[in-house]
Amino acid sequence: MEKLYGKDLSVMAYKARLLAVEAVHRAASGHPGGSLSCADALTALYFNEMKVDPTNPKWPERDRFVLSKGHCAPALYAVLALRGFFPVEDLQLLRSIKSHLSGHPDMKHVPGVDMSTGSLGQGLSAAVGMAMAAKIENKDYRTYAICGDGEIAEGQIWEAIMAAAKWHLDNLCAFIDINGLQIDGKTSDVMPTEPVDKKLEAFGWHVVKIDGHNMEQILAALSEARSTAGKPTAILMATVKGKGVSYMENQAGWHGKAPNAEEFAIAKAELEAKIKELEGN
Amino acid sequence: MAGKIATRGAYGKALVELAEQYPKLMVLDADLAKATMTKDFAAAYPDRFFDCGIAENNMVGIAAGMAACGLKPFANTFAIFAAGRSYEQVRNSVAYPHLNVTVVGSHGGISVGEDGATHQCTEDLALMRQIPGMLVLNPCDGNEMTKAVEALLNYEGPAYLRLGRPAVETFTDELEGYKFELGKGVTIADGTDVTIVATGMMVGMARKARELLAADGISARVLDIHTIKPLDEELILKAARETGAIVTSEEASVLGGLGGAVAELLAENCPVPVVRHGVEDTFGRSGTANAVLEYFGLTPEVLADKCRKAVAMKK
Repeated sequence: MEKLYGKDLSVMAYKARLLAVEAVHRAASGHPGGSLSCADALTALYFNEMKVDPTNPKWPERDRFVLSKGHCAPALYAVLALRGFFPVEDLQLLRSIKSHLSGHPDMKHVPGVDMSTGSLGQGLSAAVGMAMAAKIENKDYRTYAICGDGEIAEGQIWEAIMAAAKWHLDNLCAFIDINGLQIDGKTSDVMPTEPVDKKLEAFGWHVVKIDGHNMEQILAALSEARSTAGKPTAILMATVKGKGVSYMENQAGWHGKAPNAEEFAIAKAELEAKIKELEGN
Repeated sequence: MAGKIATRGAYGKALVELAEQYPKLMVLDADLAKATMTKDFAAAYPDRFFDCGIAENNMVGIAAGMAACGLKPFANTFAIFAAGRSYEQVRNSVAYPHLNVTVVGSHGGISVGEDGATHQCTEDLALMRQIPGMLVLNPCDGNEMTKAVEALLNYEGPAYLRLGRPAVETFTDELEGYKFELGKGVTIADGTDVTIVATGMMVGMARKARELLAADGISARVLDIHTIKPLDEELILKAARETGAIVTSEEASVLGGLGGAVAELLAENCPVPVVRHGVEDTFGRSGTANAVLEYFGLTPEVLADKCRKAVAMKK
């Protein structure tokens, strides 16, 4: 596959958003808010940054990805489907008893999923183990992860952060999706996690701060991570929860709620208009 | 081999002895290498040993990530932290994706001794047995432990291995026809009136209880169930049919571990009297290992009494 850049990446990210929101609508449950906030980073990873082969999902030399904030599975599944790991039609049965697409990522049943996640705080440790495995076996694959800003209240995340610094895992790059909201409200109210940059730097990580909806900045940060030696990189991306659907944007209430038919129609119209606008330019 | 060695000691030796033959083996610890006995492996194979510090949950996650990339990690800490603190990491990051990780719980049971209740894990066998797809092992002596480690290195999937702190007599190496196979119990001694279904250090005590019972004219069969899950149902059902009474014995809570597994099996398939010998529904306490074992009734004498009770229930 030809790598995508700039506007083409953004178009793909909005297509993924539409598929993710549609899947959650059909399932009548799921997590649209965070799926929409990390859709750009996921698209940049799978359509530009990562070495993967959809025809050989278990290719040993592939780059690895761990969705530590596993509830954003709708976005991951949409990106994997668009990338060709499984048919896009499968998304229609998200969370159905008939489907392989369970509510949270399942590496045993979903092609392209490298780690089963969903219990917050655990994914980053697995990503650390994958990056260590690459070092142990002198392989050059890289490992990526996305954590939520609410998720990093979990103590295990900081255990993993310490370990990644101890073993100088410069083959590990973790996004922190800072959308500022979680189930019970603002992250700054529920359990303040800021200043994330200073904390990560103090823990020995290289830190890059970007706009998580700007593809140029995402790609530049990934490039910076690749050229950073001796330490892991955290990409702190400022994002909008619910990005791309007007009534979901910056609303904690859309963390884990499915749009009804009427609401989905509005979301679909907005996301399609955005795709058209981007393609038109 | 005869003599005494703790199963943790035999485990540590086995890791070193098998390291060359199994290059994918990686050993992780959480600041307890001197106690879990991974220290010799750490010294001999520093590039394959990873001290994760006092952060067990992360250690289990790292092991899961390594296994997802084709390595064979053994993650070591005390049983209370491996099966207790990290229960959910073992469940969700290791067992749910059926990853090839061996979680090793050293210092299982109450024979931890002096450290007391916070460090005496009596729940690990029940907790680990509950998780779908887990292999749960509790070898009885140094020889059996050595064989269990090698069997685990040839096994693919999530496993829990319990180690004990105190030295225990090695006897399986001198047992005629002894063969170690995952999921298969071992008949240590035959008998006709009652069967002791034991695991871990209680197998040794069951042999002594058998002698006490023989003096009373009671013939007790002794089974060594090193694999709590999958349980050797065939062997236990045969014993229930042939001896008509079962006593389970484990250095663990009587709730949900080997006793629970055997009671479930027999209630549904061959209802004979079942008496469970183990730690009653209570926390441990400090003392020397022997004093603690005696305090909680984990002795050949109490086990023999449980057998007399089971035999009486047959009438």
